[in-house]
Amino acid sequence: MKQVDYREIEGGLPFYMLVGAIGVFVLAALGAAYYMEHNGHWVTGMSNQVIWGTPHVFAVFLIVAASGALNVASISSVFGKTAYKPLARLSGLLAITLLVGGLAVLVLDLGRPDRLIVAMTYYNFKSIFAWNIMLYTGFMAVVGVYLWMMMERKMNTFTRAAGMTAFIWRLTLTTGTGSIFGFLVARQAFDAAIMAPMFIIMSFSFGLAIFILVLMALYKWADRPLGDAIVFRLKNLLGVFVAAVLYFVIAYHLTNLYGTENHGVERFILLDGGIYTQLFWIVQIGIGSLLPLALLYGPGGKSRLWISIACLLTIIGGLAQIYIIIIGGQAYPMEMFPGKEVSSSFFDGVVASYTPSLPEFVLGFGGVAIALAATVVGTRVLRFLPVSLADDQVDPHHSATDAA
Amino acid sequence: MSEESGIDIYRRRFLSGSATAAAGMAIVPGVFLHEIGHAKPAADPVTSDVRWGMLIDSNKCAEGCNDCVKACNDEHGLTGHDRPATDAQWIRKVKLKDKQTGHTQTLPLLCQHCEHPPCVDVCPTGASFKRHDGIVLVDKHICIGCRYCMMACPYKARSFVHETLQDQLPHAPRGKGTVESCTFCVHRVDNDGTPACVEACSAENHNAMVFGDLNDTSSEISKQLRQHSTSQIRADLQLNTGVRYRGI
Amino acid sequence: MLKNSLIILLLAFTTGFAMQSQAGGSILPEIPEAQARFSEDQGCVEPTAEMRRNHMQYILHQRDETVHEGIRTNQYSLNECINCHVSDAEDAPRVSSEEHFCNSCHSYAAVSIDCFQCHADRPAKTTNIHLPSTGGTPEQLATENLRMLESEGIAHE
Repeated sequence: MKQVDYREIEGGLPFYMLVGAIGVFVLAALGAAYYMEHNGHWVTGMSNQVIWGTPHVFAVFLIVAASGALNVASISSVFGKTAYKPLARLSGLLAITLLVGGLAVLVLDLGRPDRLIVAMTYYNFKSIFAWNIMLYTGFMAVVGVYLWMMMERKMNTFTRAAGMTAFIWRLTLTTGTGSIFGFLVARQAFDAAIMAPMFIIMSFSFGLAIFILVLMALYKWADRPLGDAIVFRLKNLLGVFVAAVLYFVIAYHLTNLYGTENHGVERFILLDGGIYTQLFWIVQIGIGSLLPLALLYGPGGKSRLWISIACLLTIIGGLAQIYIIIIGGQAYPMEMFPGKEVSSSFFDGVVASYTPSLPEFVLGFGGVAIALAATVVGTRVLRFLPVSLADDQVDPHHSATDAA
Repeated sequence: MSEESGIDIYRRRFLSGSATAAAGMAIVPGVFLHEIGHAKPAADPVTSDVRWGMLIDSNKCAEGCNDCVKACNDEHGLTGHDRPATDAQWIRKVKLKDKQTGHTQTLPLLCQHCEHPPCVDVCPTGASFKRHDGIVLVDKHICIGCRYCMMACPYKARSFVHETLQDQLPHAPRGKGTVESCTFCVHRVDNDGTPACVEACSAENHNAMVFGDLNDTSSEISKQLRQHSTSQIRADLQLNTGVRYRGI
Repeated sequence: MLKNSLIILLLAFTTGFAMQSQAGGSILPEIPEAQARFSEDQGCVEPTAEMRRNHMQYILHQRDETVHEGIRTNQYSLNECINCHVSDAEDAPRVSSEEHFCNSCHSYAAVSIDCFQCHADRPAKTTNIHLPSTGGTPEQLATENLRMLESEGIAHE
């Protein structure tokens, strides 16, 4: 196989304009965070009923996607698929930047973000959050080392070992993220062991969708060749992951449906939960799973435009899925008194209402913007992107006749 | 102050030992050292010899009576902002209606002070903690406001302070961005007092709430628990709550 | 240890700024008088120089003991600091003012504290509170406190 030639993307005015445009969203997010922290959380849609809101949807989505973005690198280093090797660096970079974006949102939504230092000096080792703080920071370090092994020629021999470590770490990390919800015994919608593996498969899907979009956008932006061979490989893989997520969603709901005690919450999500039911059937299942599958595997699957739309829909479906898990799970009242109708001044026994506020959305998008800005700057200052991903550069067996 | 000097220990022993004796004679009667004769000496740490608990008799809990809630709000300065979704409620009256029989009843719901509190398990910094005497508290000094404890509590017993507060009471410090919940009136209990809600319930002669030491077999609460059938809310979680109910 | 050195670093850094901005005006802060003395030969619960330097250590130590272990002695309690150092008069300065005992020095040193986001910055007004340490006027409290400590021999050592 030919030596892959990596180069920084071009600087200059267009680069600064791009970074500036993304930067506007980052600044807006900081403003939103200040507004929320200065006034207190009552100015948001969050309450004592719906405790975690839209910022957490974005944060969890980005964190889950971060570990998934690393998959492309893992496929190359751990599973030895050389076709993915030129993409491994970008994959590692996205894994770190998406995580940073997600964590930024999470931290800026804390009640006391000024006490971040406390979160790093006081630990309760029984807390899944505390594990996650270590898993997240450790992930950045591990992937950082992995990138170094890949990018420093003298260290190339350690790439496989570093890649393996990063792969195991990322599986652990997503297990930890899923367990934030999976281990919550209090609420009907959570408290399921399937959460951890489901989050892992969600990460595969969301992370790859973002990866494909960023890859295509960056190559278009940098005006570098990106061949169909790699794009089609990736989009076929995405289809498998989208289907796998669908499978896990079905398994989760079927398990719940079998036990009578969960009929209430299942009825709420699947049948009469209003916005949550609509989000589930229309956005998560329809627009976010079935439509992308049709686009990726159907006749449109050869078109870059349809592939990017499929990626975008997968991302939207993913956000909807996490919205339903986090916010739908809180909106459904807790079963404290089985067999009784419950009422109180504290919204017991009723579906909690939640309307996301503008600052929450701005903060969430800010997290995405931070990830994108960091990715763009990263590819500008270091050699993450191959000069060419044209078919003959990527596939060792590719020949002109194949393409014809 | 990192290491305790001998003099400090001496002081503390002296303070605790003599406070009781001094209470009767040297002190001007009235405000200070009220009831200290029975109290745990102020300088002694709480121990697991005691486990504080509460027994609530839902049959005696009068529908429409809100005295326990009012007492709690007054005691801790929980003034609402006319925003029910975000206003703090440490104790609330819950009305239950049996779906099959239509039987209705009310009861106060508050932090259940579990022996195995899920809020304590999930707290990343250890701000959510259980004292040796079983009272579950938030150390607001190290609470970062992540609200994971609120997600984990099966009783919805916790509130997040959603706004800037002013004029808090000296014995009930609370502030924006931290989570809070019923403290069993720890500031009273440490001075041999009774939680404000229990006091208010007795004052109305409803006597639906009994507070006491679950470890002390001769305490009123232990006697009643021995005598009557009681239950825990969400007993399936095996949290061994400190708050028990009769009549549900 | 790390935390201590951080605080010292912060102090050094911030006082530098305070000095600069104060250059020209009067240099020393005006610290309000306390309402009582701990003993005849000692103003505060520890010698004044010690309190000025290390009061945060005493308060922090007491804070953890009180919150986690239920130790409610008065000598280093923040409530008692406030009871003695701050007037309960209606128009008494609040912590946002430089005339408030705590802020008189903290604004001078440019060290911001968040104690009073949660804690009361003045003595309790209401008398129907059952806590021994918060009932009564600050003058009464301070005097009572002093008397109790004296009766225990702590005030004279």
